[in-house]
Amino acid sequence: MFSNLDLRQLIFGRLTLEAIPYHEPILLGTFIAVAIGGAALLGAVTWYGKWGYLWREWFTSVDHKKIGIMYVVLAIVMLLRGFADAVMMITQKALSVGASEGYLPPHHYDQVFTAHGMIMIFFMAMPFVTGLMNYVMPLQIGARDVAFPFLNNFSFWMTAGGAALTMLSLFVGEFSRATWLAYAPLSGAAYSPGVGVDYYIWGLQIAGVGTTLSGINLIATIAKMRAPGMSLMKMPVFCWTTLASNALIVTIFPVLTATLALLSLDRYVGTHFFTNDFGGNTMLYMNLIWIWGHPEVYVLVLPAFGIYSEVTSTFCSKRLFGYTSMVYATMVIAVVSWLVWLHHFFTMGAGPTVNAFFGIASMIISIPTGAKVFNWLFTMYRGQIRFDVPFIWVMGFIPTFVIGGLTGVLLAVPPADFIVHNSLFLVAHFHNVIIGAVVFGVLAGLQYWFPKAFGYTLDPFWGKVSFWCWLIGFWVVFTPLYILGLMGVTRRTQHFDDPDVQPYLTVAAIGVFIIMAGILALLVQLVVSYFRREQLRDRTGDPWGGRTLEWSTSSPPPPYNFAYTPIIHDLDAWWDMKKRGHDRPLEGFRPIHMPKNTGTGVILAGLSTVLGFAMIWYIWWLAALSSAGLIATAVIHTFNYNRDFYIPAEDVTRLERERTAQLTRGVGADA
Amino acid sequence: MHERTAPPGATAPVFYEHEEHAHGDGGTLIGFWIYLMGDSLIFAILFATYGVLGRNYAAGPSGAELFDLRLVAVNTGLLLLSSITYGFAMLEMDKARIDTTLRWLAVTGLFGAGFLAIELFEFSHLIREGATPQRSAFLSAFFTLVGTHGLHVTFGILWLVVLMLQVRQRGLIAENQRRLLCLSMFWHFLDVVWIGVFTFVYLMGAMR
Amino acid sequence: MVLAHPPIARRARGSWLRRTRRGLVPLAAMGLLTGCNMVVLNPSGDIAVQQRNLLIASTALMLIVIVPVIALTFLYAWRYRASNAKAIYDPDWHHSTQLEVVIWTIPLLIIIALGAMTWISTHTLDPFRPLSRLAPNKPVPADVKPLTVQVVALDWKWLFLYPEHGVASLNEMAAPVDVPISFKITSSSVWNTFYVPALAGMVYAMPGMQTQLHAVMNKAGDFRGQSAHYSGSGFSRMNFGFRSLSPQDFDAWVAKTKASGTRLDRDAYLKIEKPSEAVPVQFFGTVENGLFDAILGLCVEPGQMCVAEMHHLDRSGGAGEASEANRERLEYDSRRGRSGDESPAATFPASGRPPQGSVQPEGMMPRDQELSRGGVNAPKSEPDQGQGNARPGAERGPAPAQLNNRPSDRHQH
Repeated sequence: MFSNLDLRQLIFGRLTLEAIPYHEPILLGTFIAVAIGGAALLGAVTWYGKWGYLWREWFTSVDHKKIGIMYVVLAIVMLLRGFADAVMMITQKALSVGASEGYLPPHHYDQVFTAHGMIMIFFMAMPFVTGLMNYVMPLQIGARDVAFPFLNNFSFWMTAGGAALTMLSLFVGEFSRATWLAYAPLSGAAYSPGVGVDYYIWGLQIAGVGTTLSGINLIATIAKMRAPGMSLMKMPVFCWTTLASNALIVTIFPVLTATLALLSLDRYVGTHFFTNDFGGNTMLYMNLIWIWGHPEVYVLVLPAFGIYSEVTSTFCSKRLFGYTSMVYATMVIAVVSWLVWLHHFFTMGAGPTVNAFFGIASMIISIPTGAKVFNWLFTMYRGQIRFDVPFIWVMGFIPTFVIGGLTGVLLAVPPADFIVHNSLFLVAHFHNVIIGAVVFGVLAGLQYWFPKAFGYTLDPFWGKVSFWCWLIGFWVVFTPLYILGLMGVTRRTQHFDDPDVQPYLTVAAIGVFIIMAGILALLVQLVVSYFRREQLRDRTGDPWGGRTLEWSTSSPPPPYNFAYTPIIHDLDAWWDMKKRGHDRPLEGFRPIHMPKNTGTGVILAGLSTVLGFAMIWYIWWLAALSSAGLIATAVIHTFNYNRDFYIPAEDVTRLERERTAQLTRGVGADA
Repeated sequence: MHERTAPPGATAPVFYEHEEHAHGDGGTLIGFWIYLMGDSLIFAILFATYGVLGRNYAAGPSGAELFDLRLVAVNTGLLLLSSITYGFAMLEMDKARIDTTLRWLAVTGLFGAGFLAIELFEFSHLIREGATPQRSAFLSAFFTLVGTHGLHVTFGILWLVVLMLQVRQRGLIAENQRRLLCLSMFWHFLDVVWIGVFTFVYLMGAMR
Repeated sequence: MVLAHPPIARRARGSWLRRTRRGLVPLAAMGLLTGCNMVVLNPSGDIAVQQRNLLIASTALMLIVIVPVIALTFLYAWRYRASNAKAIYDPDWHHSTQLEVVIWTIPLLIIIALGAMTWISTHTLDPFRPLSRLAPNKPVPADVKPLTVQVVALDWKWLFLYPEHGVASLNEMAAPVDVPISFKITSSSVWNTFYVPALAGMVYAMPGMQTQLHAVMNKAGDFRGQSAHYSGSGFSRMNFGFRSLSPQDFDAWVAKTKASGTRLDRDAYLKIEKPSEAVPVQFFGTVENGLFDAILGLCVEPGQMCVAEMHHLDRSGGAGEASEANRERLEYDSRRGRSGDESPAATFPASGRPPQGSVQPEGMMPRDQELSRGGVNAPKSEPDQGQGNARPGAERGPAPAQLNNRPSDRHQH
């Protein structure tokens, strides 16, 4: 009884040619641009014969530094995508007032805001933060790599696989319209049938595996691989925040995985976890997703706090004020962040006692956060402040962030939350914190650590242009949004009847273009710096007068990071070494034990992505095949016992001699 | 040849470690502990979900009507025994006896497979009676919680078989000992979770 | 041509330029918190006023610490710039117990104050709590009975039932000034929030559940209400008019509604419950008894089991193994698929429309030509009935055919 339809369905599931939006000018244009750009890129790689190089040196690399760089590249690419969504949203809003409909119909607009939220958090902020942690933390603790280098590579490719799947929804089918947290019951099978929410689920589940494993990896690294003498209380603050952030990751990402798994069971199998009927409970979904969602904010912001701490003490040429209280503040924030999730839905009617408890718990977070801000302030006090590009980001951050904190506390007072919840005020608040603290932080980190990673500093002029565009653009966008929130304008609205809102939205749209100039300036900065790299070269390995161990090695560091493991006597170990005098060993090098590169991570992540695609489109044979492939690859990988090698002593000696020569030249050039 | 950067008169402490030292286990055990903690959080969510939905029978059958405690008791016994036999395997591993280690591992695997068989029988029985996961939120939560545990046992058995092959191939070398230790933690962890399932789902369900 | 809520279109259309200027002025004067149309800061109901006051008080409390922090940031940055040779440089100063105590204590004290405020206000302004006053120093008179309004969030419109008057209205509600209103709120399909900014803060509207809101309007006038929680395609136009009337006018409004003659019974409800957007105001002179309870119980359709009955059975230990018949009676979420209506957030291929195109979802109002590259409300391509969950159609469950083992259907067609 095999009709034609049945056969097609068996092979392609619900995938048809109509899934490709070739009739949509916006999508078609994007697709053509992506295709041309992608073809150009692939062509260039082929032309220059770089495939082998990329595969050997980057894709299969287990070096935490290269993986860190790949994370940041992924984050910047996804920033462009997420930002394009932002531009579309705000221009649609500004145009669609009164009789006008704008240019995005609701069902398209809904996908845009869903994608914007999901991509910016999961595929921009998370990889950026993870990338910096991956690159910097092992260097700061004097380690040669992370605890599980293969896992690190696998984690990155899972994140990239999730991102690829999410991007694919642009050109094959549609993306979710059920908001970035896929609130039930809207995200259930009954109210969101189709591939949209499935794209969302599989994109997140695949990336989530990577994030969880990377969290485990970085914790184990900090726990086991610190250089001798580095007690916990001698760790740089960035390592502390990395520890706190990853401790949060390993406790909350399993919650996300479980929650999304239950949602997928509802969608695929027809269970009743988050349905209205058959005893399902939609409020349960709200609770579970925010048990993940609130600490997630701190997963992102704590490492950013760490970056600000490092940058502040470096550019104030002064030891961080109140290191101990900074560490305790970080840990208090991490612990309390588990206990505040309910403030995202005070309006559900959980009762005044519950609401008040969670409201006050949320406010308590502002105490250690306030202490942190004061600590940065007193680090500046009696310092010698150099306003290099990384530090001006701190100057932009503090005022922006404290205002974001202010509006956050307002939202933590339940009755006050009732009048601004789900409004553009709320949108302005969390952008105030996510952009003002997280994005400013990772951009400061990018400017700060770029010379370490690539051996030359970034061009300061374009860095400053980028900073001012970001800062001014930010306030031009979000001041009107705060006002609109106080006018009772709700979020996720595609059209407005009230013409009074248009001026504010227009101003906000102008602001978005100012931010766009900031992003372009950042890209220009990268290009200009590349061409000026000889003038901007960092020969010392320590361009900023750094204090922590990453500045003790060359820029970029050798594959093994440190020829000899440093011994730590004090906080700010490198500063201590410089101050008290240290003998950089020049001979007697030994072979260094290092992990081998492997392509297994790429294969596993690739198969997972195929599995995700097959599940989204109900192509069951492909799903079964890729699952079997996953298990087989993983099993075969365990039969490989030959996972490490030694860098010969001669190679180490040669690399260290080059460094010595460079240092002498650097000294000579300075004099 | 050394370059000196110390100010005159300062006594510089030793800043570099000139002797390479062994790296220990490189953090595998702590990493695996953290993984197990994450996994237990997945179960925590499933337990919490069952706690919320466990009485939402949707005007359908309840646990008291569906559960066959004798069957579940046998099942529990099998899994507990498999933990003991795994313990024996570990003791043999310490004595570096490959054959007896493998023998106890095989017994463990058989107990695990028996557990799975009974669980599958129970599931198919329930589904035949119309108590499917789609019938009510209670059954959704029940099948998901117990099924997730069963899925873990399945992967545990797969891992066990792979490890037995590897032990046979390379003997009880350090890597394999470490792997056996990790699987041992995993296996006992599943046992602990099952005790929770048995108490929380079956006993309390049947007593309602 | 349909308009969502004619009564609210109160502002005359000015030129775009004039509107821009009018908008930019408050932008510059943001700190004054006196926007001409910031309804949240200038509400008309006592509850919203108290919530607004709380917002301002909390802001003031926070500014105690925020303003000095911002000022000190710039002061220190200027004073301790590297080029300032006169400033003291003390690279080893990194700890001061007194200062540490101060920087932890100041935020702590502020949070203690704010926490106390929060605890008290969360209890007094609990939306479930009946009102004790109409305005400051104006307790609720003993003879005033609160007006009960039952609110149902439908797919992209609002239904209001007045059990005491036996009338109902769609997308417009009215209430007398200075009379406490007791809202009972639920939803038919997905979550929404019931929000009249001038009246009081928002509360979720959730299917199968009832939330409450107690509030009072102190001024007469026409206000705007909306959903603030995204609920699918037509969410942006899910607005309604809130008419605050003098007691006489309110009686006249009720009389007018009664006179409309249309009856809201289960059949009429099931028709308006289907997704639709920008629906004009409608009035219903009579309402079938127990309709709201049936909506709340997800059992408006004949033969359905109500949630309350299900809960009752569940509390007494379920309905036993011979309860297969109950399954049919509990199907609710799948009704859209059964009736062939498009779900509120359907995507390709279940939407039956080309992906990301401009063809409007079902129930949506027509868009103008510029938007309609794909053809306004062009008849959508017939969905593949057999394709997984591609537009459920006759397919009962959400699950693909391969996984769905429900015995009841599939063999029927």
